[in-house]
Amino acid sequence: MESQSQMVARLRAAFRSGVTVPEEFRRTQLTGLMSMIKDNEDQITDALHRDLAKPKFEAVLSEIEIVLNELYHSISNLARWMQPEYVSKSLATKLDDCFIRREPLGVVLIIGPWNYPLQLLILPLISAIAAGICASVAGMQSCCLILTTAACCYCVLSLGAERGRSQAVARSVVQAASVHLTPVTLELGGKCPCLIYGRINITAAARRLVWAKYFNAGQSCVAPDYLLCTKAVRDALVPALREILEEFYGKEPKESPDVSRIVSDRHWTRLMELLKKTAGTVVVGGEANREDKYIAPTVVVDLQEDDALMGQEIFGPILPILTVETLEEGIAFINRKEKPLALYVFSDESSVVKTVMENTSSGGFCSNDAIIHMTLPSLPFGGVGMSGWGSYHGRWGFEEFSHRRACMLRGWALERLNGLRYPPYSSEKLKWLRWTTSPHSCSIM
Amino acid sequence: MSREQQAVARARKAFNTGRSKPLEYRIIQLKNLKRMFYEKQKMISDAIKKDLNKSVEVTQLHETLGIESEIDLTIRKLKDWAAPRPVEKNLLTMSDTVYVHPEPLGVVLIIGAWNYPWAVTVGPLIGAIAAGNAAVVKPSEVCVHTAKVMEDLLPIYIDKELYPVVTGGVPETQELLRQRFDHIFYTGNSMVGKLIMEAAAKNLTPVTLELGGKSPCYIDKNCDITIACRRTAWGKYTNCGQTCIAPDYILCEPSMQDRIIEEIKKALKEFYTDNPKTCADYGRIINQRHFKRIINMLDDCTIAAGGENDEANCYIAPTLLRDVKPEAKVMQEEIFGPLLPIITVSGVDEAIEFINKGEKPLALYVFSSDNKVIDRIRDETSSGGFVANDCLVHYSISSLPFGGVGNSGMGCYHGKYSFDQLSHLRGCLIKKLNMEGVNNVRYPPHTPKKLSWARFILLKSSSLGWIGRMAMLAILVVVAAVALQRYLH
Repeated sequence: MESQSQMVARLRAAFRSGVTVPEEFRRTQLTGLMSMIKDNEDQITDALHRDLAKPKFEAVLSEIEIVLNELYHSISNLARWMQPEYVSKSLATKLDDCFIRREPLGVVLIIGPWNYPLQLLILPLISAIAAGICASVAGMQSCCLILTTAACCYCVLSLGAERGRSQAVARSVVQAASVHLTPVTLELGGKCPCLIYGRINITAAARRLVWAKYFNAGQSCVAPDYLLCTKAVRDALVPALREILEEFYGKEPKESPDVSRIVSDRHWTRLMELLKKTAGTVVVGGEANREDKYIAPTVVVDLQEDDALMGQEIFGPILPILTVETLEEGIAFINRKEKPLALYVFSDESSVVKTVMENTSSGGFCSNDAIIHMTLPSLPFGGVGMSGWGSYHGRWGFEEFSHRRACMLRGWALERLNGLRYPPYSSEKLKWLRWTTSPHSCSIM
Repeated sequence: MSREQQAVARARKAFNTGRSKPLEYRIIQLKNLKRMFYEKQKMISDAIKKDLNKSVEVTQLHETLGIESEIDLTIRKLKDWAAPRPVEKNLLTMSDTVYVHPEPLGVVLIIGAWNYPWAVTVGPLIGAIAAGNAAVVKPSEVCVHTAKVMEDLLPIYIDKELYPVVTGGVPETQELLRQRFDHIFYTGNSMVGKLIMEAAAKNLTPVTLELGGKSPCYIDKNCDITIACRRTAWGKYTNCGQTCIAPDYILCEPSMQDRIIEEIKKALKEFYTDNPKTCADYGRIINQRHFKRIINMLDDCTIAAGGENDEANCYIAPTLLRDVKPEAKVMQEEIFGPLLPIITVSGVDEAIEFINKGEKPLALYVFSSDNKVIDRIRDETSSGGFVANDCLVHYSISSLPFGGVGNSGMGCYHGKYSFDQLSHLRGCLIKKLNMEGVNNVRYPPHTPKKLSWARFILLKSSSLGWIGRMAMLAILVVVAAVALQRYLH
């Protein structure tokens, strides 16, 4: 049984050999990964169902398809991403080659959570492979049996119980990384606010909201955590939510094959405690079953900012609705909390959307929908402040795992021009140098 | 409340008023900053002369010229850089607006260094202002006179609440690090870099670390030796070797060593006359502590040229060391002084092996007329930046990212990179509440048929041209109509 330091040494040797760097190798690995997922789709969805009671539909969309999409995207863009990027020069450097090379960092550790075990481990792995890196992947037991590609370059570590995506864990990761000056990417969470304001089509909004909130039983880092709206909107919204929930999951959500379960006893208990402690009123749902780790899609109203449900990220199928009467109040409420991973606004008025976007900060932003923004590989997916550092998906992931090396290739010519910079210094030389090194000087040529 | 706490609290309060966000305000600050360099040139040069013995021309050349150029570029490009950056859409989002929105981070801490104090302290400040942040500026206490000038001048020219200057030494820096920032930008050495990152971990504050390392310089047997040596000598002895990207040591074949020594000596005479001590263009070591540190390195080496020194004046002559062994003291840490060791290697293979044994440096230099040699060294090593056939100059190209990798740092800046490094690039998807028909395929109750539609519509990337996209949009409308009919009723 290989120790962890032996594993890292093996990965480093593999990286040093240069085998992961050529485009051909990266493409082969990505294609291999794609075949592996396509060929094992049933096995994967079954494992996900066993661990998380994930409905097949959700598993296919949020774990299989999103990964395949990222693979297609990376494979078709890889050559372009790997190209050197030529940059603009000054007169003094006109005859030189100035470009930026994306180079692999080396050996990378990817630590994944349990809520979307495949997606959240494989998406970074795809970026790592595309960037020419060797990687050690640490994740949930059930998905680890799946990875068999190029074993010398990519290692899989199975971590037993679920770890929190908490800030405490992130802090210890950064502290450990600081010892070796290892750069980190932190994809954390937070309470993603959802503000509803102004003119609005309540039914359409409710449908998208319900989908986003109760997907995977609310266990998504970008799920809308809580809702802010006026009393009037709330009063219209609650019956709409009830109606949509019935449309989606039937009269008995417990019987619906489309409702996920809570991942573990520990989290089920945590969520039930929140429901017990809340000073709000449960107006929809609230039913639960310990054996099954089931909690019904639940909506809670009449709670205050200091409620139990407004402490940590909920990460479950409980939707608190708090009321604010003005947009400013809503924005101020959001800004009193830490910057979240995502922020949602539902409104038919584009001025409302604009005001919220410009006066708040969050990892990502989506209006009139939720979660869906992360399915676009062209948007950077990542947090800010307490919700994380760095970003990935698509080209962003490739860049995250690459070092952008500035390269300049000069020749021997123009040494007289160079002479301007050598001592003995003079103000005459300085004047010339100013001119030749300014970006303006090019336009004359 | 400590002085540091107050400065940070005031900066945060000022940031929260939102006044640093409008582009006009940022540009005014940048213009004022530029005016400061123009109006106070003498005050700035005098302080630099006292700290580092640099002449007026050198100060301009090394520090203010670059900064003024960065400010000009930033003012000219700010509107472009700060504008929303549209990105590629997929089928489902084709009728939506999708872009990356650059936004300020909040309050940034900039910790400067002493070797090019204006360049490395104001450089990041330009990026911070341009990105709409507040910034607490902590100049290095080692360049005593310049730190004082920064403390006196900056509040006169730029918003003193948004961009306070906090001077002090280690205790003051530690007190600053206890406060909460949205980004910390540090220029200095790797040891302190680790401590900064550890301190930043407490609040999960992202960091940019511009560190150092031993930047190798390989001089191939196949090159124009005279020019190579002149450029290397310039790169090494500028600012008395106290440059983070100075060529730290030379690697060459044994047969080259004597010729290299001769050529470098020639260049030195050309630059600094026979008596560099009296030459106005030759600098000094910053202080006695560093003087002693560097002189100690001479203990176990053979001096080929130079070696004269004067502690009272912090003067060390431009010095060349020959036949240096890898175990020598001078090879154990970044020299950051005017000692240039030459280590002989059998060829490119051994040079690459030697370079890769050390930590990844901030810069790597190769002098060769053979492109194959250049490409090989570049491909088989890693470094912050890479220059063939010159030294230092990549620093002045603002379209190139300037930063380290591994032990030499994380993050980068200059030009647009400064702006991006100190911004949050927020991914934004702006949708409307229509086209609901298409969305329906994703809602429960789930059916296999819905699943195949969802697979097709939701996630297929649109890498089609304009016409392809229009065609797809038409298909989407049809699908929406069909889906609406089928799934809603």
